[in-house]
Amino acid sequence: MTEPDFEPPYLFPDYRATQMRAPRRELVRLPDEWFHQRRGPAFGRIPVKPEDADLTRQHRGEPLGERIIVTGRVLDRDGRPVRHTLVEVWQANAAGRYVDPVDTHPAPLDPNFTGAGRCLTDDDGVYRFVTVKPGAYPWRNHPNAWRPAHVHFSLFGPQLASRLVTQMYFPGDPLMPLDPILNSIADARGRNLLVARFDPQTTEPEWALAYRWDIILRGRDATPSES
Amino acid sequence: MTIPTPSQTVGPFFGFAMPFEGDAHAVSSGSDEAVRIEGQVFDGAGEPVPDALLEISDDDQFARCSTDREGAFHFTVRKAPYFDVLVFARGLLRHLATRLYLPDADLDSDAVLQLVEPERRHTLIASESEGGLRFDIHLQGDQETVFIQL
Repeated sequence: MTEPDFEPPYLFPDYRATQMRAPRRELVRLPDEWFHQRRGPAFGRIPVKPEDADLTRQHRGEPLGERIIVTGRVLDRDGRPVRHTLVEVWQANAAGRYVDPVDTHPAPLDPNFTGAGRCLTDDDGVYRFVTVKPGAYPWRNHPNAWRPAHVHFSLFGPQLASRLVTQMYFPGDPLMPLDPILNSIADARGRNLLVARFDPQTTEPEWALAYRWDIILRGRDATPSES
Repeated sequence: MTIPTPSQTVGPFFGFAMPFEGDAHAVSSGSDEAVRIEGQVFDGAGEPVPDALLEISDDDQFARCSTDREGAFHFTVRKAPYFDVLVFARGLLRHLATRLYLPDADLDSDAVLQLVEPERRHTLIASESEGGLRFDIHLQGDQETVFIQL
């Protein structure tokens, strides 16, 4: 490929966990039609209910924190909407604590917040979640290391090469320049693609701030094009 | 130029979100041609990776499994010559892709295997084991699995 690569490397020593987990041997390059252009996984067994898109209504009460809308479009390399593809999200609560039992950060759990959601994109490739803004939290990568607030995203898309697991960040977060996971992407243009923008038009008065984040997946929809 | 959205690690805390009921079973274990594939994920020190998420697929099957404390995973799939396998984990800034061949596939004529150094081909081939097949994944080290450039 001749295009510049904005992906993180496998080995990025500042993110310590890469040191024993990044492959060291050369990866095998296959012709695109053998792997990359194969149809994406049939994710239809993963259950998606309409209420899965509202993370603030999965319990008896409302979660604490700043209620937000996170929305955007999922597009392919040609800028065409990726329709009816699965979007999965998960995040810490407003205090920076995950429900996950692996998380031992001494911040409070919120009995009204799990922090996991799913939805399918619509005919225009649009996804939309209602949630609360996640808090920052410490991790032990280096002394006084804190992750910037982020929402984890997982997407499928039309081809095997479209599969994407990534993280969405919030604009203006002072922790971003200090975060080795985000800064594993060498080029600022790549990093900026992971930062949502505040969207006053979509913000709902007296109810919730909105953040807009579009996602470009590798690969192309199988639908034949005019050309 | 459109730049694809870059990848970031799945992190350690996906276990409450990504699993779903029956996720490791692309077909029910009692069905015709069902085969159980199990294995472990290891890091470069040979330590099990307890926080990996694996996905296995072919044209019409899909299954997902999180590794346990021993780095172990299992899938139940309908037999096929090979499967595409994706590996997500804390410490993987981008997922890894590999192929899993069944031992009775036509391995000598497979075009992908021909592109792999002969001494590393075995890392892509499941082995017969009690009750099914075994397929270990070594992220790094002497036994490093052959991974496909994304």
